[in-house]
Amino acid sequence: MSTETVEQQEVQEVEVKETESLLSKRRRKIMSDPLNDDNPITIQVLGICSALAVTVKMMPTLVMALAVIFVIVFSNLIISILRNVIPNRVRIIVQLAVVASLVILVDQVLRAYMYDVAKVVGVYVGLIITNCIIMGRLEAFAMGNKPWDSFLDGLGSGFGYSWIILAVAFFRELFGSGSIFDFKVFEAIGWTSYQANGLMVSPIGAFIILGLIIWVQRYKNGYVEH
Amino acid sequence: MQQSNLYILIFSVALTVVLGGLLSIAAVGLKPLQTKAVELDTKKQILSSVMEITSEMDVIGTFNTRTKSVAVNVEGELVEKDDEGATIVPEKINIEKESKKDSENKVLPVYLYMNEKDTTKVEAYIFAMFGTGLWDKIWGYVAVAPDLTTIKGISMDHKAETPGLGARITDKEVKDRYKGKQLFDSNGYLVGIEMKKGERGDSSLFDEHEVDGMSGATLTANGVNEMLLKYIGFYQAYIDKVKAGETVALN
Repeated sequence: MSTETVEQQEVQEVEVKETESLLSKRRRKIMSDPLNDDNPITIQVLGICSALAVTVKMMPTLVMALAVIFVIVFSNLIISILRNVIPNRVRIIVQLAVVASLVILVDQVLRAYMYDVAKVVGVYVGLIITNCIIMGRLEAFAMGNKPWDSFLDGLGSGFGYSWIILAVAFFRELFGSGSIFDFKVFEAIGWTSYQANGLMVSPIGAFIILGLIIWVQRYKNGYVEH
Repeated sequence: MQQSNLYILIFSVALTVVLGGLLSIAAVGLKPLQTKAVELDTKKQILSSVMEITSEMDVIGTFNTRTKSVAVNVEGELVEKDDEGATIVPEKINIEKESKKDSENKVLPVYLYMNEKDTTKVEAYIFAMFGTGLWDKIWGYVAVAPDLTTIKGISMDHKAETPGLGARITDKEVKDRYKGKQLFDSNGYLVGIEMKKGERGDSSLFDEHEVDGMSGATLTANGVNEMLLKYIGFYQAYIDKVKAGETVALN
């Protein structure tokens, strides 16, 4: 690895003490950062495409979120375990191969056990392969950190992604279809004449909600783009 | 040493073999379940044209006890063997593939929904349909009463119609608009059922060959109209034969 380490300057190497507990303060920070201060969608603005595409209803969104969490956690873990034997020159291809295999696995399982959902999210599950969040975490974190840390980082980033798309889906389904998880909310409270908002169903609705979430979050955190 | 070409080559080959092997095992292992899921989905769609499907229903069991199936060509003749001499299973006919064939080579399934008590009496004839919506393919099943003109129910699905607009063809409310409508006029000519442009929300405004449209989804509605008319056209010879009282053998 001697001559090519220059390429890995971005890698966040952190000194680790031998006796560190499994959920030390530093590790909890690895996990909690992506949830808010370093959120992959709202701060790093990665993975926007899927945030727009799959968030029409809660159920497919939930499945998509779980799929992404699974893929990111295990690709982080696998790449981190292999990080010292992966040849540097082909590392991106190796990362891609691992991610793609995990995604195909998820797709196959969905087709077997949740065919109804697979019909809806099918295309987008395949696109997890190109989700920038995953490749970004592998390159920036898993290639330079130990397996357990990478595992936690994957969990953090996965949940960071998930809560945002679930929040977007919540508002889109509520206003666009008048339901939550296909349960007709407005009818249940007696408002039967609710006119579904077509804008929320189209990707534009997701843009607007995402924009509002980013606005609120950055206002609270005081985060400024440099 | 770790970065030599040979090392990279060996590493890549090993990785490919391991990942490829894992995926093959998964694909082969899950295949039976996936086939079952597709079968269940098809039968659910067929049945949903004649009944409400609830989540706790035994779809496969109901399908097997209540329906009989035959395969017919556009001449209305029953087809039992395909070109290679293999027995045709109507449930396995791929409508999308059939839609691309010339009409004289088409083999289409007919599902006969039988009376619950008297299993020799047909309660509905269910015909398959396939067409194009606004963005991608749409397909469905239309159940026709024994008079072979009154619609008993319809089920439709789509690949990529706009959610909230064209995708509403899967909504119960939209499908129910077809119930009781007539495919043929009083002289026996095929008229079909036209989903109108716009949405007026009052079913009394439409005659027996028209249904209320879907606001903002006229192009999907056009696709549905065309699909229905075209496929009933393909089945017309069979329909005429049944109407004429020709005994259509059942397996």
